[in-house]
Amino acid sequence: MSTKMQTAIVVNGVTENHAVEPRTHLIDYLRDACGLTGAHAGCEHGVCGACTVRVDGEIVRGCLTLAVQTDGKRIDTIEGLSDSGEIADLQKAFHEHNALQCGFCTPGMLMAAQDLVREMPDANREQIREYISGNYCRCTGYQAIVDAIEEVLVARRKGAKA
Amino acid sequence: MKAPAFDYAKPASLAAAFDLLERHGDEAKLLAGGQTLMATLNMRLSQPGILVDITGLSGDKSLSGIRLEDGKLVIGALTKHREIERSPLVAEHVPLLAQAVPHVAHIAIRNSGTFGGSIAFADPAAEYPVCAVALDATLVLVSRKGERKVPARQFFKALYETDLKPGELVARAEFPIQAPGYRSVFLELARRHGDYAITGVAAHAKVVGGVLSDVRLAYLGMGGIPMLARRAMAELEGKPYSADTVSAAQGALAGELDPTADLYSTAATKLHLARVLTGRALAALAGGTA
Repeated sequence: MSTKMQTAIVVNGVTENHAVEPRTHLIDYLRDACGLTGAHAGCEHGVCGACTVRVDGEIVRGCLTLAVQTDGKRIDTIEGLSDSGEIADLQKAFHEHNALQCGFCTPGMLMAAQDLVREMPDANREQIREYISGNYCRCTGYQAIVDAIEEVLVARRKGAKA
Repeated sequence: MKAPAFDYAKPASLAAAFDLLERHGDEAKLLAGGQTLMATLNMRLSQPGILVDITGLSGDKSLSGIRLEDGKLVIGALTKHREIERSPLVAEHVPLLAQAVPHVAHIAIRNSGTFGGSIAFADPAAEYPVCAVALDATLVLVSRKGERKVPARQFFKALYETDLKPGELVARAEFPIQAPGYRSVFLELARRHGDYAITGVAAHAKVVGGVLSDVRLAYLGMGGIPMLARRAMAELEGKPYSADTVSAAQGALAGELDPTADLYSTAATKLHLARVLTGRALAALAGGTA
């Protein structure tokens, strides 16, 4: 019943042209049409945060956004942030603190963590927990994730002063 | 799950949006931020034939922006939660809303979801409806025929049922700005920060020398619509804050709140939690910590 619609979406700096069904979620568009499987489809109703990506610089739920809604917009995924080195310090800290086990939540968690580091450079542990409350991790118990993010916040603050 | 198949249109004007709504009738659903609609579609709770995306109308001043107008704070329906959260105007003039926004889901959702969507979906556990009812805000609805104003206290009819007619949409809300001597407190309980609320209270009153007046207490998650607790409000009106007056207000709640049990809490537990929040809210109002 629904006809495909042509879209032009800038994904990690590259314009992707695909015809998509209106019902296609951004997360499935990224994974299936663009082959970017870093962001994960988890709960598919906005609760778990595994599908977190950036649209025009702001983090959103890939499962509650239609690809057609992002026509003409700029998407950043974990692949883009990883390749550009934007989150190299967060990735290193997650690794060193064992802030992941199975890794399913990690791309979304890193997207949220990077958003936090940019938005609230002075966040304390409680604010970190509140900020990542939209991202489920079923392995770590969060303690190590908060440790890793806190370490990066402190390091970036020092770097900003230096 | 994945959403069922539907068509999609993004009108560039209100007139074009009304055309689409008229042409498709019950088959059409309005889409703005989609943070409620998409979740319900993914769970296949409804199967619309076409989504009419109204975010292309954000240039229309009647539907967007946050501004002071004739002594009211006007919030356009297309305003995102995150804009309300960041707005100095909201923080200064309607602090109840400013306190409520951080409870609206999570940041990634607040970046997309809209004020008007939350009002129109009328979820009984949502934050804005209960604030609008507590503060006696006015909703401006728009259709092909023009605009009409409906007090928030008359807009919410029953569970997920509002005064919106076919072909009509929420344009904006007008909130009275907080007058000197007034205080506001918003408290909510959820299993995880930002999750669907168990219960919550929007409290607002004039507090002079410890005496409460013009008291409003509205509850979310305690019935099919935002629940204004008129008997509890009456128990507090003109009284000094004290253990006795708080207890009388808490006691009155059983007769006017109507919580429904869910997977986690019985109705009795929810009522108990509402009483606890009421005590905390009144203490904060009287203590001036809010």
